[in-house]
Amino acid sequence: MRPLRLVWIYPDLLSTYGDRGNLLVLERRARLRGLPVEIIEVNSDQAIPRDGDIYLMGGGEDLPQTLATRRLQADSGLHQAVGQGAVLFAVCAGYQMVGMEFGGADDTPVAGLGLLDIRSGRGEQRAVGEIVADVDPALNVPRLTGFENHQGVTRLGPRARPLARTTLGTGNGDGTEGAYAGRVLGTYLHGPALVRNPGLADLLLSWAVGPLPPLPERAEELALRLRDERLTAVNAR
Amino acid sequence: MEENNHRSRLPMRARLATTVGGAAATVSRLAGKGDGSVIGGIIGLRLEPDLLSLLAQGRRVVLVTGTNGKTTTTRLITAALRPLGQEIASNIYGANMEAGLTSALSRAPGAPLAVLETDEKYIPAMVKATSPRVVVLLNLSRDQMDRAAEIWLLARRWREALGNAPGCRVVANADDPLVAWAAGASRQVTWVAAGQRWRDDSWCCPHCGAHLERAGDDWSCPECGNRRPPVSWVLTGDAVIDPSGRARPLDLALPGRANRSNAVVALAVADAFGVNIAHALRELRGVTSVAGRYTQVSRRGCDIRLLLAKNPAGWLEALDVLAPPPVPVLLSVNAQGPDGRDTSWLWDVDYRRLRGRTVLVGGERRLDLAVRLEADEVPFRLVNDIDQAVDLAGAPHLEVLANYTAFQQYRAVLGRTE
Repeated sequence: MRPLRLVWIYPDLLSTYGDRGNLLVLERRARLRGLPVEIIEVNSDQAIPRDGDIYLMGGGEDLPQTLATRRLQADSGLHQAVGQGAVLFAVCAGYQMVGMEFGGADDTPVAGLGLLDIRSGRGEQRAVGEIVADVDPALNVPRLTGFENHQGVTRLGPRARPLARTTLGTGNGDGTEGAYAGRVLGTYLHGPALVRNPGLADLLLSWAVGPLPPLPERAEELALRLRDERLTAVNAR
Repeated sequence: MEENNHRSRLPMRARLATTVGGAAATVSRLAGKGDGSVIGGIIGLRLEPDLLSLLAQGRRVVLVTGTNGKTTTTRLITAALRPLGQEIASNIYGANMEAGLTSALSRAPGAPLAVLETDEKYIPAMVKATSPRVVVLLNLSRDQMDRAAEIWLLARRWREALGNAPGCRVVANADDPLVAWAAGASRQVTWVAAGQRWRDDSWCCPHCGAHLERAGDDWSCPECGNRRPPVSWVLTGDAVIDPSGRARPLDLALPGRANRSNAVVALAVADAFGVNIAHALRELRGVTSVAGRYTQVSRRGCDIRLLLAKNPAGWLEALDVLAPPPVPVLLSVNAQGPDGRDTSWLWDVDYRRLRGRTVLVGGERRLDLAVRLEADEVPFRLVNDIDQAVDLAGAPHLEVLANYTAFQQYRAVLGRTE
């Protein structure tokens, strides 16, 4: 069987705080279901492979965010892959990058990758803390729990749908959180966002490979306990 | 004889400020609210906003900063300067912002030397306030991102501050590209090959952003030409090579590569003050524990060693320090304010080398760590407290690795058995 190809984009520039977690969660949940996995870490001086199944983009500071965007535009591999139906999951700075525009250093607008119809700029205050948000019912994913740490404000255009509605935290800044269109999905939940949200991890996997076989018994017991504990800690159970 | 009491030269208001601040510190200590160094400094600064620069005048000041190793290196430099035979002011309790530095100086009014641990963010302001003779830059990596500054931004601020401090010598780790870039703005740098275990924050050039070329400890930028500067002090294995090329074994009591690296930096600072290297090294070997770190304690027949690490780079170094298997390990993580409330960093640490030994997991955020270990296929057991860990370990030794408040909690419990 052809392995599921997970492509981590630019860990040398876009890995601020635990971003590897998303790769590890996807890998584990695929392998537990008997799906072979190939992991491809692509540094910013390397070409983006066109034949990945799920592409991951993490967080980054202002300067690395702008540099990474420029390189991805010049490379064009990610655009081709997404055009062919690959899944793209982007968090925090990565989420802003996949949009039409974001605020770079000193909030000067920087053209984004144009893969998602969103525009981001800088807000007045930094949003730091736990975030809880209820996912678009069409996606059939339990409510999100995570940590956000950003100063972005994001507005969605008509070709993107909000991923979720916040019940705690800031998200996009207008009561919504994240965005998706087709198989491109972004969120302000930063770092290892999939760790506490195995349902979201499975959504990405199912976009890539179709309906998923069930996990072995007790394989996600700890993850669900952690998820429960964090939701309880912010009175959001 | 030279009047060495710096306080007697202070203007009246500053003298009053140190007196009142000192009294507040004493009250705070008596009330059991810590060592009083912060409150004393805060009150003093409120009465005299320039108190820190007034107190620093006429002294030879060393500022020590970096993400990891500040407290230990400050302690080591203080030891290495002892052969000078002069009193040294130091914030040994780790209060490393303006109030803590102020308090350290006001408590040692006659000390002509000061070695001050300084928070990374405060370096620009503290360089301005204290006109240091030496600034030590150890390393720079991700740390408590929910409240700390972004590190590229921090490196840029260090660079600006040091470029505007002409009388100051910088002792810097040439192996850390972010540190080297920040120090490169200074006119006088002593470059130390102190090593860099954690590299995930410096794959790219801090000057232009290109992916760096790396071979061993060497690094260079293929696009802008930024490169590792030539070094005069080198840590190699357990030996230090000084600028004359002479190698000496370090033979420290403190464990681990990171502490050997801190010790070489301390020797470079001592050398800048004219201390004989052999004499300085002898003092470094006498340092056994720093603010409870590396302390050995006994509990219910089990010898416990406490290791503190607060961020991915620190954990990476600490995992190297652990006694080899089969000695069991207790890992403990909290996420209170001083720890950072975000546990994402756990995913930046590679735990796979813990496979094959008994691993116990404690702390207020033990489930976060448990899920992380599960992903790395490291078997473990959850524990509620140190006694349960001792019981489950069932061994004569236990290594404990904890982040900040988890470490303090264990210290409090273990201290009570002494």
